[in-house]
Amino acid sequence: MNLTLKIWRQKDSKTKGQMVEYKVTDISEHMSFLEMMDVLNEQLVAKNEEPVAFDHDCREGICGMCSLHINGEAHGPDRGITTCQLHMRMFHDGETITIEPWRAKAFPVIKDLVVDRTAFERIQQAGGYISVNTSGNTQDANGIPISKHDADKAMDAAACIGCGACVASCKNSSAMLFVGAKVSQFALLPQGKVEATERVLNMVKQMDEEGFGNCTNTGACEVECPKGISLENIARMNREYLSASMKG
Amino acid sequence: MSGFLSSSIARKFAMALSALFLIIFLIIHLTVNLTSVFSEDVFNQLSHFMGTNPLIQFGLQPVLIIGVIFHFVMGFVLEIRNKGARDVKYVNFKGAANSTWMSRNMIYSGLAILAFLVIHFIDFWLPEMNYKYIEGLPADATRYYEELQHKFVPIWRVAAYSVAFVLLALHLLHGFQSAFQSMGFNNKYSSFVKALGKWYSIIIPAGFIFVTLYHHFNH
Repeated sequence: MNLTLKIWRQKDSKTKGQMVEYKVTDISEHMSFLEMMDVLNEQLVAKNEEPVAFDHDCREGICGMCSLHINGEAHGPDRGITTCQLHMRMFHDGETITIEPWRAKAFPVIKDLVVDRTAFERIQQAGGYISVNTSGNTQDANGIPISKHDADKAMDAAACIGCGACVASCKNSSAMLFVGAKVSQFALLPQGKVEATERVLNMVKQMDEEGFGNCTNTGACEVECPKGISLENIARMNREYLSASMKG
Repeated sequence: MSGFLSSSIARKFAMALSALFLIIFLIIHLTVNLTSVFSEDVFNQLSHFMGTNPLIQFGLQPVLIIGVIFHFVMGFVLEIRNKGARDVKYVNFKGAANSTWMSRNMIYSGLAILAFLVIHFIDFWLPEMNYKYIEGLPADATRYYEELQHKFVPIWRVAAYSVAFVLLALHLLHGFQSAFQSMGFNNKYSSFVKALGKWYSIIIPAGFIFVTLYHHFNH
């Protein structure tokens, strides 16, 4: 496959960026999108040009590092995948592909296609944890009965890898699917009940302070999420928040 | 905005609450309008009751006006904040790939409804306030039907109202089920709520269009 790539190039967070056009040739349809990016970078290095910076780590769809807004969609045109799982067979020979970083005020561009997602870390630090007594009297988690229904729902929410595709694909740059998943995975389990009130209040407060937009229920996040996190988690977070607000 | 409404989720909840209030109001408004198609007397009696009952005039009417203003103002506040959350726009953004046109353009359908409301207030509400409270004319329980028919003689008004109701339908097609989601309602009954929302969004605006067309062609 021969492709034309229009890629966002930005020297650093303070410099203004722009779209730059590149040509890549002899791309195998069996390659992953990131491997295609590797080929481009090898070409650039061979020409003594600056390679394109992009995030990646496990390349197995687990770590949530790879981002990229490809042809107008987070993680590209396929569904239920991260960019490392996107294959070049989803494109056709001669196609022009636009590649942009996640766009959100809360996710500033560091360089080229790499954005700073530590806003998610700060939200997690605000309440995305449970406190466990480790004095030797810790109760075995398996000793606490949990219904299959709740365990499954908590597990589904915990599948969130924090990649930020929800923010990237939302027209409002809302992080409510991410926060909803993180609140839900604890709210559904007995271990999470102890700090439930403070958790949701603090995490939502941090989310608002980071400058994410507000959810208008378009559902784009759910469609683009590589882990299939459901909007049900946002509704649960809303319930948890309203209930916590009543308690004060 | 301070206190409870300073939080994003509280704003969503307040927006949804005002939406549900307006959704109920539309049912009452259409019910009264539809009586005009079947009985001139019933419509006149109902309109006279609505226009003279102190509880409705000085209790429910101000609440309704506040509800409408709140829904619009909060809609604008949220839209401005949401636009600000993405300082650099995408060169290529395929919203249609993952969401409906209605859900992405609530602000535009809302603005069209606001423009309609201005016309609607000039057409009906202001003359009514003028009749009762400024000129202080004597109560006449038989005037409403004739006034209604007279308003829908010009085709431009029928056309403008019909376009506004189509946009209201588009607004409701997303807004109805969205209000429930915002209030935390997402469970096994959600598919029923979505279906109910679709029927409501089509039937209510279609009912209003039917009434305007009926009076245009039967005056």
